[in-house]
Amino acid sequence: MLKINNLHVKLEEEDKRILKGVDLEVPAGSVHAIMGPNGSGKSTLSYVLSGRDGYEVTEGSATLEGNDLLDMDPEERAAAGLFLAFQYPVEIPGVGNMTFLRTAVNAQRKARGEDEMSAADFLKFIRAKAKELKIDADMLKRPVNVGFSGGEKKRNEILQMAMLEPKMCILDETDSGLDVDAMKLVSEGVNALRDTGRSFLVITHYQRLLDHIKPDVVHIMADGRIVKSGGPELALEVENNGYAGILAEMEIDA
Amino acid sequence: MNTAAKPAPTLISADARPVSGAWAHDARADAAHRLAEMGLPTRRDEYWKWTRPDSLITATPASAEVFDYDGEPPVFHQVDRLKIVFVDGVFDAEASDDLSGEGLEIERLSDAAAKDIHWAKDLYGVLETRGQSPVVRPLAAHNTAMATDGVVIRATGRISRPVSVFYRHDDANSDAVLHHVIRVEAGAKLTLLENGAAAARFSKVVEVDVADGGEFHHVRAQGRDHQRQAITHMFARLGAQSVFKSFTMTVNGKLTRNECVIEFLGDDAIAHAAGAALGDGADGEFHHDDTVFITHDAVACESRQVFKKVLKNGAKGVFQGKILVKQKAQKTDGYQKSQSLLLDDDASFQAKPELEIYADDVICSHGSTSGAIDEEAMFYLRSRGIPAHIATDLLVLAFLADAIEEIEDDAISAEITDRLDAWLARHRG
Repeated sequence: MLKINNLHVKLEEEDKRILKGVDLEVPAGSVHAIMGPNGSGKSTLSYVLSGRDGYEVTEGSATLEGNDLLDMDPEERAAAGLFLAFQYPVEIPGVGNMTFLRTAVNAQRKARGEDEMSAADFLKFIRAKAKELKIDADMLKRPVNVGFSGGEKKRNEILQMAMLEPKMCILDETDSGLDVDAMKLVSEGVNALRDTGRSFLVITHYQRLLDHIKPDVVHIMADGRIVKSGGPELALEVENNGYAGILAEMEIDA
Repeated sequence: MNTAAKPAPTLISADARPVSGAWAHDARADAAHRLAEMGLPTRRDEYWKWTRPDSLITATPASAEVFDYDGEPPVFHQVDRLKIVFVDGVFDAEASDDLSGEGLEIERLSDAAAKDIHWAKDLYGVLETRGQSPVVRPLAAHNTAMATDGVVIRATGRISRPVSVFYRHDDANSDAVLHHVIRVEAGAKLTLLENGAAAARFSKVVEVDVADGGEFHHVRAQGRDHQRQAITHMFARLGAQSVFKSFTMTVNGKLTRNECVIEFLGDDAIAHAAGAALGDGADGEFHHDDTVFITHDAVACESRQVFKKVLKNGAKGVFQGKILVKQKAQKTDGYQKSQSLLLDDDASFQAKPELEIYADDVICSHGSTSGAIDEEAMFYLRSRGIPAHIATDLLVLAFLADAIEEIEDDAISAEITDRLDAWLARHRG
């Protein structure tokens, strides 16, 4: 599904290297987690993959089902099946949540050569999805993320994911700012979307999210690279020993 | 103000003034006298620092190409309304509806002015005169002196069907001066719609007197003729518990100056003035000036100014807005918002928000901003698969939303939104 090969990225405006050769492959239907200390480049990876301005790829490649992601506009990446659940969902005053979602769903359908969804079908679709995530009608009417609590914002991200039905979902610290109940709700939403044709890349600091969203593979990222990969037990190791312990061990291994 | 330094008002002479009955003759002579005293505006005047008055006061107007609407129906065509049509400032009886309705008296100004006695005497030039202090508005006095026609409307009931004035522009060299007088009686309600470019050069004054508990709604669209110039004034006097709401959409004009002067005289009244101006220099020169002055001279009144501008390719925007709260106007709630969205580096916006407050128990604030499209919001929308041009349109409409919300009627609001959508579709990239 997602293949990242020797990806090097620097900031566009300053001479700061952030990703220093990331290699990663997420097969269809699997859930991979990336853990790592602050500043290791986890969020940068998610932004570069989704096409945010401000980064320059100096080396390497990233493909989604064989298509060169780095050559596409953000909207083309989305239409190709990529979805980023933001760590900090953006507030957009004046744009209704419902209008936003309908515009997004129909834009993607159009880009894929499909017919637009009728207003009635869309309404039925969104109501069903919203109900599962305990998102009430009022949240759908309000401007995008404006006045939403931290938990509401994250649930809204998952709602968008459910509506857009992407193939490759990247969750950037979706657990940040969530209490235990909200995390459970969001995780249930994500788990409901797990499917043989859909892959997930879950970026998180903490092991606790991975109790709810069980990964197939866990990667540790440090200083702009994947330094260690393993099974779910690797997340427990982080929880018990911290990143410092693992990184120290790595250096010894090296 | 140093009137000695001003040019003599050569635009106006007693001979040139329209022939009229006793009351109108006097009102016009008084206005000519006022104008002679204040002189014509010059760039040296504080109030004309950002908008050049020169082209508004030449003896003949610069010609303005008549826009080819190519079958596009006029704004509000889907709204059930009583239609009054002026072509280049001249009343078109054939194109206009019968000027009568229950609870409604409508006359042409030229007819009302020819009479020796008329109710409009108490308003014509009267509200304009009140609006001349503390800031002079010479072109409004000029209009009172020289207006060739207009309509006088008196609403005595709650009129649900809007009265619509369509100003058709047919002659590339026309110079139109129109003046309307409106009286909304106690507890009555009136909606006035205005649309069209009117003339190559258009001067218009509306004086509106809203009695206690009356309601006046106003929605205006200023046409598509890009080369036309306009100086418009709205003078409103509001009684207790009255409601005044005005919205203007402008997508054209080499030069537009819309002045709105509102005076609260009765307690617990509400006045909202809003505007959405969208200018693209690629269509031709675009200079849009909103100048607003709201005087609170009564207790517990609410005023809102919501003026939005979307500018690109060298389009220029100006906002001058003032809230004056007099000493007795306790519990005043005044808010002024003036924002511009600059879609490129060539567009410019100048704003002078002012508050002058003499009462101590008031809530008054203003916010003036000028900025580009929010890149974060843009990326968020695009990351959901929304193409950049559609994302831009969504964000522009979102920016305009709180001005558009001042239109209460859904059908009228939908007409305006359709036109804004169409403007956005025409001006992508």
